[in-house]
Amino acid sequence: MNDFLIIGPILIPLITLIVCLALEMWGKKASTASFIGVVATLAVATMLVTRVNSGGTLTMEMGGWQPPYGIVIVADLLAALMVWISAFVVLVVLVYGINGKMPGKGGGHVHVLVQGLLLGVCGSFLTGDLFNLYVWFEVMLISSFVLMARDKGRKQLEGGLVYVILNLVASAMFLCGAGLLYGELGTLNFADMAVKMQALDDPTFVNTTGSLLFVAFAAKAGLFPFYFWLPASYHRAGPAVSALFAGLLTKVGVYALLRTFTLVFTDANGFSSNIILYISMFTMVFGVLGAVAQYHVRRLLAFHIISQIGYMVAGLAIGTPLALAAVIFYTLHHIAVKTCLFLVGGVLEMRTGTPDIRKHGGFYQSNPLLAVLFLIPALSLGGIPPLSGFWAKLNLVEAGIAREEWLFIFVALAVGILTLFSMVKIWNESFWKSPPADAEVNLPLWPGKPTTAMVMLCVLTLVFSFSGKFVFDLSEKAAAALHDPSMYIEAVLGGGSE
Amino acid sequence: MITVLCILIGLLFAGATYCLLQRSLMRVLIGILMLGHGVNLLLLASSEPLSRQVAILNEDGVPRDVGSADPLPQALILTAIVIGFGLSVFTLALARSCFVKSGDDDVRQLGEEDIP
Repeated sequence: MNDFLIIGPILIPLITLIVCLALEMWGKKASTASFIGVVATLAVATMLVTRVNSGGTLTMEMGGWQPPYGIVIVADLLAALMVWISAFVVLVVLVYGINGKMPGKGGGHVHVLVQGLLLGVCGSFLTGDLFNLYVWFEVMLISSFVLMARDKGRKQLEGGLVYVILNLVASAMFLCGAGLLYGELGTLNFADMAVKMQALDDPTFVNTTGSLLFVAFAAKAGLFPFYFWLPASYHRAGPAVSALFAGLLTKVGVYALLRTFTLVFTDANGFSSNIILYISMFTMVFGVLGAVAQYHVRRLLAFHIISQIGYMVAGLAIGTPLALAAVIFYTLHHIAVKTCLFLVGGVLEMRTGTPDIRKHGGFYQSNPLLAVLFLIPALSLGGIPPLSGFWAKLNLVEAGIAREEWLFIFVALAVGILTLFSMVKIWNESFWKSPPADAEVNLPLWPGKPTTAMVMLCVLTLVFSFSGKFVFDLSEKAAAALHDPSMYIEAVLGGGSE
Repeated sequence: MITVLCILIGLLFAGATYCLLQRSLMRVLIGILMLGHGVNLLLLASSEPLSRQVAILNEDGVPRDVGSADPLPQALILTAIVIGFGLSVFTLALARSCFVKSGDDDVRQLGEEDIP
């Protein structure tokens, strides 16, 4: 049973992918099969979170090869939570209508690709092996490449190409780091690497390989100065697809950073993590400044992803248990909120036929429900109490005060104000002002239930806000395991899932 | 042998960096292909044949001294080659579609936006 719980979030999307492919090749619709697959994944993920929360980390050895020789799948609380929220986001996007696309654009096999994306994302969260992580990254990336370029418009293809090229370079860096690590340590298992790295005591080696992997993960996460692919590509995909990317892809990079830089490349092992804090502050500032200058609704939101990633990685750099708990809470909150904002952005775009917010207007009057569904995540992102973003930022700043990182606190608060400012900009332009004379406000939407999808995410945001204690307790538990790597090492190397 | 390999890897990385910084899309793609080959060779070089006991166990779980090179890096390279091949083909197809749509292979046009 435990074995199935661990492997389920990988196995179910894989089986669903094959079923969807078969159905589509027979000329049948794959949407129902895809939906059932995601619901099953979500159910298994829920059980996994409960089981890991009560019974501790689960591990599974692939093919019976004992670690450190074989590949091991590890579900600790952080991985389980990330798998859960990923399955939830994919479910929401399917409800929203993944076929949601600009009029007159084609493209098939969308459900196969979505399942492939979920497969890659869940695999990345659950693997306990560095090279296996590379493989899951590539599974995730190839699915997202095809989803991006699926509409075959000139802008989509060009955005897709930027995305592909920069991610391929990042993957090459990842492989270099993995190769050098294996050459020196003779292992690729995270837990075993952590043990051997402690024994090695070679700061030059730790910093070389650590920097290579940092660059690779930073490029996937969208950190300064590696984020340029993100605002050049995300908004060019269809609304549903870009919401899926906004929710999941960069967070896999953040997860990989959290995993490796609390376990293998720690200060105790000689890695100089100061630079991470400065990079994250630059990320926060440049991301939000980019957003302030934008008028393309989803491009503006894409810039916000970058600045929010800065907050998460800053928490990693501070590195106290409170900061790590804040990062985990921040990541969960951010996935829900950002996906919802992209979904709202997509509806605005479809209703008006243009992504330019200066040509929008009057949605507060014509569609008050949509206005509420925008306000909840927007205010949460800006950090207005009592919404979830406030709790995330509060804990992060508290952790910063405890470590006396005054510059970080100043940057965090200033960026928070600018975030709110650009949310208010969308509010003013799209919802508040009266529509321009020649503007459309009621073009038809695609088949799907966008309102239901957005309500689901808003409810999740409200749950994060008002039962924040419950979610934060989970985050604290996950963070405690991150802060003390011996628990992870014990679980992986000390005998498996009996 | 290892020295020759290292020089070759260095040359591939240098060439790849040069190509990646060019404005022509085709050269950027060639740069990515070269980078992939450089990384594969780096994996091979870092495995240092005969330098450690390999993951072939006796019945009592102790690594067996079989006097052969570590097979794992070769498995890694094989995986990386397969993945790299698939991604290269996809990237080439994408680049071709881009070129057909825009009639230009200058990478600077890729980031142009209609709306500021």
